[in-house]
Amino acid sequence: MSALHPTPRIDFGRAFKVVRSSGQRMSARLDVKAAWVSLLLLVIALAIGAVTLSSGAFEVPLDQVILALFGEVDDRVRMVVVEWRLPRTGMALLLGCALGLGGAIFQSLTRNPLGSPDIIGFDAGSYTGALVVIILLQGGYYQVAGGALLGGLVTAGAVYILAWRRGMQGFRLIIVGIGVSAMLNSLNTWMMLRAELEVAMAAAFWGAGSLNGIGYERLVPALIVLGVLVPLVFMLERPMRQLEMGDDAARALGVNAEPVRLALVVLGVGLTATVTAAAGPIGFVALAAPQLAKRLTGAAGITLIPSAAMGGLLLVAADHAAQHFFAPTQLPVGIVTVSLGGIYFIWLLIRESRRR
Amino acid sequence: MKVPEKPHLNLVKGSPRLSAENITLSYDERTISVGLSVKIPDRSFTVIVGPNACGKSTLLRGLSRLLRPSSGQVLLDGKNIHAHSAKHVARQLGLLPQTSLAPDGITVADLVARGRYPHQKFIRQWSREDEAAVVNAMAATRITDLSARPVDELSGGQRQRVWVAMVLAQQTSLLLLDEPTTFLDIAHQIELLELLSSLNQDGGHTVVAVLHDLNHACRYATHIIAMRDGEIIAEGAPEDIVDADLVKRTFGLDCIVSEDPVAGTPMVTPIGSGRIKTRKPTSFIKHGVPK
Repeated sequence: MSALHPTPRIDFGRAFKVVRSSGQRMSARLDVKAAWVSLLLLVIALAIGAVTLSSGAFEVPLDQVILALFGEVDDRVRMVVVEWRLPRTGMALLLGCALGLGGAIFQSLTRNPLGSPDIIGFDAGSYTGALVVIILLQGGYYQVAGGALLGGLVTAGAVYILAWRRGMQGFRLIIVGIGVSAMLNSLNTWMMLRAELEVAMAAAFWGAGSLNGIGYERLVPALIVLGVLVPLVFMLERPMRQLEMGDDAARALGVNAEPVRLALVVLGVGLTATVTAAAGPIGFVALAAPQLAKRLTGAAGITLIPSAAMGGLLLVAADHAAQHFFAPTQLPVGIVTVSLGGIYFIWLLIRESRRR
Repeated sequence: MKVPEKPHLNLVKGSPRLSAENITLSYDERTISVGLSVKIPDRSFTVIVGPNACGKSTLLRGLSRLLRPSSGQVLLDGKNIHAHSAKHVARQLGLLPQTSLAPDGITVADLVARGRYPHQKFIRQWSREDEAAVVNAMAATRITDLSARPVDELSGGQRQRVWVAMVLAQQTSLLLLDEPTTFLDIAHQIELLELLSSLNQDGGHTVVAVLHDLNHACRYATHIIAMRDGEIIAEGAPEDIVDADLVKRTFGLDCIVSEDPVAGTPMVTPIGSGRIKTRKPTSFIKHGVPK
């Protein structure tokens, strides 16, 4: 209908770049600012990552780091940068992105900045799963990871069912999640108190969330799992955004609200549980990344790619701090993120209570 | 506005595009309506009226696939509406629910563009048709000048026009609206009703709206469905069915029905309990068209 009369341009109030294939089969409308912000965040994350790769007991100049990654360099340098340090920094970037994405999904579904997996009990549940394996079954890394994964999924299922009443309401999910989280935390404390001292220390260390000693054998499985989950999340981004308008509006526009929401919950739990399984519970990133990204892009609602990029940046930066700010003491990265998270959380609560 | 893309085959008299056959509607254990049958005449402006909690909105939800009847069926184009996919229904039938949430910070044009969802795919997210539909919908609701503004900053009347524009961008020939005039002042109510009326008269849309104001219903509807306690008491053209008896049976309210001095349609004046200060009539009412 518009073949003869060119359509007047729509003023969206922000810049969009429209891309269309010549045959009109493919088209997209890209938020220009969100794209630039995401790119910038990634570049900063990579820059911090490069600094992390260069620093440590064995200092490697930055140009040598670049050469080690993309060119020829002497074997000792290559060993330190690529074999020892790269898996850990790569993991920080990867898991950070996954946390940002998982947080974005739950904050979109609950329409609430507090609707993050670490607040609504999934982290506590993963920890419970891990503690059961560490204390009762004396399992190794992969068993603990499996226990954490299972614990997170079971907790998510329980929270989802308990919060269900004629459909899912975001606020109920958060309240029920906080309650479940409190119960699980007491259970976790009880298990720790009952355990042998050495086992309890190992468990506490795992519970702090740490990237220490991560090698390729742990990076690769995480990469594979996320390689499956992340594309699925992006497939569901458009219906997810429609759900932000309320179930009735979304369904009236052709979204199958319940199946889409369930799929998003499963994917969101999968993302956070993967992180917990790989490195222990790392708080705050999922909570803060989507909101910080939203502030920077000024976009409506929650956006996935900027949230993921922000998550990656936060965790890479936190990991750098954990490794080097108190050197030679190595902090678990979870301690760094949780300390930052406490400050952010107080600010968020004050802001939310002022709004109501 | 654009006429529906495909002319429909079963436009046989007596089988309208949208109808309900013997449906029972309930939420969990609470049953709202039992054995309800209704036909929405094609190209009508149908208004559903009735007291609070009489099942008007529930009927609208049933007709728009949001609520699955526990028995009976809703037919869209001769087929059970639940046998169609959600997206297919959303290309035929648009619904403005009573409450919708604008994602915070969203601009007008961006919200209107969300109405294009049923026409889009993962690989085709913003076609020229999408763009044209949004432009037309904003023009029809006269919000083009507001397109760059955040929705949260608009007045209630403007915001309601934005939601209507979103439903129009959906380009469906059937439009269902649940209490679209609530929270609007009288001028904005009339403005919105006239927009809906023109969509019906000039655009060929079938419009179904739940309204509270009987006089608005009588003036703008071509077809009225009066409901009480989940049942349909009467349906038909306003001038055929609206009288003091119907108002009494529907709302339990005594009233006088006279002729609307402007439109000539039935006009309902409540009598109430009589505990009001009566003044001499006509002493302050100026008839005639204001200058």
